[in-house]
Amino acid sequence: MSEKTYRPGNYPDLPPPPGTVGVYGWIRQNLFSSISNSLLTIISVLLLYYLIDGIIGWFFLDAVFDADSKIACRKINDGACWAVITRRVGQFVYGFYPEAERWRIDITFLTMFVAFAPLLYPDIPKRKWLLYFSVFYPFFAFVLIMGGYFGLQKIEYSLFGGFMLTVILGVCGIVCSLPLGILLALGRQSNLTVVRTLSVCFIEFMRGVPLITLLFVASSMLNYFLPPGTNFSILVRVIIMFTFFSAAYIAEVIRGGIQAIPKGQYEAADALGMSYWQKTRFITLPQALKISIPGIVNTFIGLYKDTTLVVVIGLLDPLGIGRAALADTKWNGLSTETYLFVALFFFVSCFAMSRYSLWLENKLNTDKK
Amino acid sequence: MVVNKNKSSKPVIEIKEMHKWFGNFHVLKNISLGVNQGERIVICGPSGSGKSTLIRCINRLEVHQQGNIIVNNVELTGDLKNLEAIRSDVGMVFQSFNLFPHLTVLENCTLAPIWVKKLPKKEAEELAMELLTRVKIPEQALKYPGQLSGGQQQRVAIARSLCMQPKIMLFDEPTSALDPEMIKEVLDTMIELAETGMTMLVVTHEMGFAKKVADSVIFMDEGEIIEQNDPKNFFNNPKNDRTKLFLSQILNH
Repeated sequence: MSEKTYRPGNYPDLPPPPGTVGVYGWIRQNLFSSISNSLLTIISVLLLYYLIDGIIGWFFLDAVFDADSKIACRKINDGACWAVITRRVGQFVYGFYPEAERWRIDITFLTMFVAFAPLLYPDIPKRKWLLYFSVFYPFFAFVLIMGGYFGLQKIEYSLFGGFMLTVILGVCGIVCSLPLGILLALGRQSNLTVVRTLSVCFIEFMRGVPLITLLFVASSMLNYFLPPGTNFSILVRVIIMFTFFSAAYIAEVIRGGIQAIPKGQYEAADALGMSYWQKTRFITLPQALKISIPGIVNTFIGLYKDTTLVVVIGLLDPLGIGRAALADTKWNGLSTETYLFVALFFFVSCFAMSRYSLWLENKLNTDKK
Repeated sequence: MVVNKNKSSKPVIEIKEMHKWFGNFHVLKNISLGVNQGERIVICGPSGSGKSTLIRCINRLEVHQQGNIIVNNVELTGDLKNLEAIRSDVGMVFQSFNLFPHLTVLENCTLAPIWVKKLPKKEAEELAMELLTRVKIPEQALKYPGQLSGGQQQRVAIARSLCMQPKIMLFDEPTSALDPEMIKEVLDTMIELAETGMTMLVVTHEMGFAKKVADSVIFMDEGEIIEQNDPKNFFNNPKNDRTKLFLSQILNH
């Protein structure tokens, strides 16, 4: 091998040695770096092949997508019997919401993305106009889902169920708990003793009590605590409880973010003559929220999945609908299919949240841009 | 040495028999100091001598417990109205820059003018660009602080303070966190600022800077002002033994 010599200051940038970069380099370094490593790779590939072969067979190739009952399914093929889902998909999505009115849910759901877009993506074109819609959206959604106005048929809460119920509980809980959590976090850091004590009590109480207890309180006792004459529906009471519960967690996550901000940031803001609220709005919160994104999304995902707990107070979330399906003699014993389907729904929603938070973190990372 | 033509006999800062404690620790003892408009004062002293605390008292980042501090004819008290008035008149540059990392350089400079001084956004941006040009980094205006070198960040910090159009500038060891090759660019910026007639209080160990621009040099030790003199006399014949020891330690190496 010939070593070329260069005069000082003239050494060129050479390409890395072959086989250390690119797909080939990665495979060589990670899968076939030694004999034992190569053996393990081959064994794993074979194992994966047999596993995946079986899984794909059960899920798709040997599966039955339409039949009248479990027995009918089994007569056709021995894979998964997805008929329990396809025959009841309406219930899984809408609960017992009247079939003729389901378009209202569809529209509410689709417009939800329009309402969230300007909040989630700050660079979106025409953001200002979309924001007006975001502000208006809760009323729009309420009227459309509940009915009773503009000639829309009034629908009882008790008919709500399925994924629609999960999304209503989850989205309301998430949207309400973030601002409440921010206020609680600021309250806990406040110099005003009353505000601080109240915040600490609220946070510690909510965190110290199991969510199920709060849901039972919501279903049975909350009306005793509220002023006489107020009579919230069970759905609103449950949303309030979810909001309080997750706000307490969010508050602690954000407090961590606030405490991670160097003292110098406040000193610089003070030295510029900024007031408490100016500091909070422009210096503290943007930085604290950015630091807390993983923790906040963590709490949101937890809240979203915890919405399945409402089954204990008789609301029919997807798991409740699933149980109802399984209780049907036609579909008895298809719990694997049912629960896998529900799990898939939750996974897709939660994975989307998690990807969004990663995207946001990267976007807000101003160090490496 | 730059001759200071801007110095007047109009006092802008008056500190009278001021004391401060951190808990039981008596950190500033009986400090009396007058600063005239346009005057440039360098404060030096060993670490822990209270020099940073002293200048941080002037815009009330630290609260003094006894004595008076009067800035621009307003006494520093717990009164928030007074405090905000004083703080927008007194700029401060920190050792660790303390730029806002989530805002661009331009936003760093315009935030306080827009919200505290209620300047229209366009005017604030023009002013900021003018000052960024003065500190020689207008081309970095749209970058984030994390993308700049230490020296550039400190110059942004100086521009950010100047955007509030302060009457007095406080510098708390502005070059101590910098790599050696960046100290000069910051000092040059400060020298140029001094030439515009700005009243400056500078805590620093850069004795070259002190010799060049200071009207007077203060030596502090253990919370007291030990000696104050014009730079020529201060460096050539220090009177106090502690001053002599300090100068021998920082000059002879």
